[in-house]
Amino acid sequence: MSAENVGSSGDAAALGGERPPPLPPRPSQIQSKSSPSTIVPERPNLSSKPTTAISSMNIQTLSFPDGSRGTFSTAGGENNNSQGTEQTPGAGAASMGFNSISNDIDESMSIMSLAPTLRPPGDLESLLVGDMSKKSPAWMLLHSQSAAVQPFETTRAEEGAILTDFAREFDDIPEPSETWSDDARLKLWKSKLKHFMILSSAGKPIYSRYGDLEMINSSMGVVQTIISFYQGAKNPLLGFYAANTRFVIVTQGPLYLVAISKLGESDYQLRAQLDALYMQILSTLTLPTLTNIFANRPSTDLRKPLQGTESLLSSLADSFTRGSPSALLGALECLRLRKSHRHAINNAFLKTKTDKLLYGLIVAGGRLVSVIRPRRHSLHPSDLQLIFNMLFESGGVKAGGGENWIPLCLPAFNNRGYLYMYVSFLDVDPESERDMSAAGEEIAIILISPDKESFFDLQHMRDDVVTELKKRGHLDIIKTAAKQGRPKMNEIAPGTHVSHFLFKSRANVQFCMPSLHPTFSNLISHRRLMSLYHNLHSTIHAKHTHVKVLHCVGEDTTSLAWITPIFEFYCVAGPNASRTVMTQGANKIMQWAKREEERLFIIGGGVF
Amino acid sequence: MADSNAPKPSSSVKLVLLGEAAVGKSSLVLRFVNNDFQENKEPTIGAAFLTQKCNLPTRTIKFEIWDTAGQERFASLAPMYYRNAQAALVVYDLTKPTSLIKAKHWVAELQRQASPGIVIALVGNKLDLTNDSESGQAESEGADGEESGDARKISTEEAKTYAEEEGLLFFETSAKTGHNVSEVFTAIANAIPETSLKSTRGPGASSAVNRGGDEQRVNLNGPREAAKEGCAC
Ligand SMILES: Nc1nc2c(ncn2[C@@H]2O[C@H](COP(=O)(O)OP(=O)(O)OP(=O)(O)O)[C@@H](O)[C@H]2O)c(=O)[nH]1
Ligand SMILES: [Mg+2]
Repeated sequence: MSAENVGSSGDAAALGGERPPPLPPRPSQIQSKSSPSTIVPERPNLSSKPTTAISSMNIQTLSFPDGSRGTFSTAGGENNNSQGTEQTPGAGAASMGFNSISNDIDESMSIMSLAPTLRPPGDLESLLVGDMSKKSPAWMLLHSQSAAVQPFETTRAEEGAILTDFAREFDDIPEPSETWSDDARLKLWKSKLKHFMILSSAGKPIYSRYGDLEMINSSMGVVQTIISFYQGAKNPLLGFYAANTRFVIVTQGPLYLVAISKLGESDYQLRAQLDALYMQILSTLTLPTLTNIFANRPSTDLRKPLQGTESLLSSLADSFTRGSPSALLGALECLRLRKSHRHAINNAFLKTKTDKLLYGLIVAGGRLVSVIRPRRHSLHPSDLQLIFNMLFESGGVKAGGGENWIPLCLPAFNNRGYLYMYVSFLDVDPESERDMSAAGEEIAIILISPDKESFFDLQHMRDDVVTELKKRGHLDIIKTAAKQGRPKMNEIAPGTHVSHFLFKSRANVQFCMPSLHPTFSNLISHRRLMSLYHNLHSTIHAKHTHVKVLHCVGEDTTSLAWITPIFEFYCVAGPNASRTVMTQGANKIMQWAKREEERLFIIGGGVF
Repeated sequence: MADSNAPKPSSSVKLVLLGEAAVGKSSLVLRFVNNDFQENKEPTIGAAFLTQKCNLPTRTIKFEIWDTAGQERFASLAPMYYRNAQAALVVYDLTKPTSLIKAKHWVAELQRQASPGIVIALVGNKLDLTNDSESGQAESEGADGEESGDARKISTEEAKTYAEEEGLLFFETSAKTGHNVSEVFTAIANAIPETSLKSTRGPGASSAVNRGGDEQRVNLNGPREAAKEGCAC
């Protein structure tokens, strides 16, 4: 069930035995990572001792847990190309062995840079201590010249291989035809890096991201058999490996939800994704209805009652596959606005409130502008995730035009009943409809009520809000801010080599990040970045670790994670960024976030 | 309710679209309102509310349109949308026999439960998938026969006869080509009696509505439960 010995590091060792001994490492290799794959067998010693091949991640982690040393040793190797699997002890983390090829320069570098972090740093500055002294001036010079290399610029071909077809990951499996035999279709299906499946405990297929249910029926049957075998043994199966593919299973009442991933997320992360799919099902049906359906007829085909939910499940699934900072952090992103503006917008919103209102949201470009809510109820991020997915990820509602009146259950608020959501996209007028959806800057007013008859009350409120916002020019302020997009790295921390970061304010359950443009704006580099974040996230959150700061030197990136009770912070730079560069960058960003806190985050929101 | 509507209530007409899922209700509305068509339109969730003016020689009618979701799970909400409607567009897909059966059910429900004077139009959509000369695609008929694909499953005759029996307006349309779409709305506008335009229906007009079937869903929705949770404010 696990893949401890499946990784290709074993293969490399075998091959290596027939090869001449390795050449001494040369520093130039750091820059020219285009080195062909033949280099792999030339380093047999690496595969026998992958621990040394890796970044600070391992060393750091190793210094804290007791008894779990061995298990952690390969984690950083995975991180090198962002394809790691979960690092929990015993989870078979070595599966991605082919990643643990690194060159000796990297090793010495990472070990050096790690040493000071072995004591738990209370403050990021302390990471700096001792760093400089360990490096020769020549080394420093080399670094200062190459620190501008961007993350993933140096990724080697074979490491990026898993993502080469990523652009086609989201394409549907074609219908059977002369050009597409069943075998070819099945092969394509198997080549997908990520699958999500939902089936009933009676084995009836409910949902699969790819392939018509007929085509994948047998696969589902196998999955169901395996799961119920363990279920019968009163020892539910949570997950297993097949080669480098991780299967994770969540059982929710009468449903089995299965994630099958080659992307290297941790079990915890995959489980959170499956939970979100389950929440979507509850949002359509409510818990009592779901329970009743199966209590009355365990063999029910749930596809019928879920009709139309499939596209919502798929857009959720695809956002996980592309990589979603919001989903990873379980946090929301807000539109950056001056405090006084946000305050005025909140007040305008509150002023126009009808007593039918439960929650009111203004959203621009998929980011939250304002929230108003009853004092006793905050909005749960998982509920907001469902709303955002429906309105901004899956095209249906937005493309329809007009105003919408949507019954939905917000399971984290109350999984037993429906609420009614009024949605109006302000900028979708006939002419610009297409442009708007492309630009993703549309402003939506979302008003939620428990009263299904309250459409016209809420419509009235919307008109009032818009009038209020226009009166003081706030609508234009929102539009401008949405158009501007996320701040650029060089506006946040001028001169830094940090290329990207995620900053989550834990108390506010919100996060911010800089623009993905240009380094991470394409699908593949975005996924690499997200894989790296997933790795940092899972390592620093792994059970039994007390790590608060993680500095990680990989082949094509340097990264840093830092957690306190107040915030979570993750950042990424090119492979040659020194720890000094990283910590200085991180501190600058942190100062910026502190300074901008009330612009970046909605603190409290409008309460009535 | 009424006061939040258009400034000229006397000239506005509340119209509801009903019909099986995927017959093209939203596409007809999109054609009428935006003169646009989307090849792969996603199913409507809940309902969408749109407005569009229709100029008649003697007056302007502002349609207030409820485009409802055809999926079964939303059926219990339909009364909320048709209960005050002055007009209804009951749509079927003329390439899909079951959709006419569903349309007949809607007509019967409207006749039982909607306002007595409601103007109902029966609309067979997706005419472009047939070989009717009317939609300008008849040339290829004959030789390639099946190839050119007459997908029609419901004859004009059959639907028309039914419409006449029930006193409905009847049209065959294509939201894709736009054929006959504005004609439907114009015909409805003309069919609304002048008197009915002046009577504004307030929220009070919402007579006891019998919700079909899915009683449980409606109860769950009820303001009662959620309000207890939510609006103690
Ligand atoms: N060929 C053709 N396709 C059409 C026509 N009208 C709609 N369609 C297609 O039929 C599908 C369903 O159309 P919708 O307008 O979403 O149908 P609907 O009745 O609103 O469906 P629900 O909202 O689920 O009730 C879409 O893929 C449309 O592109 C038409 O006149 N001709
Ligand atoms: Mg529709």
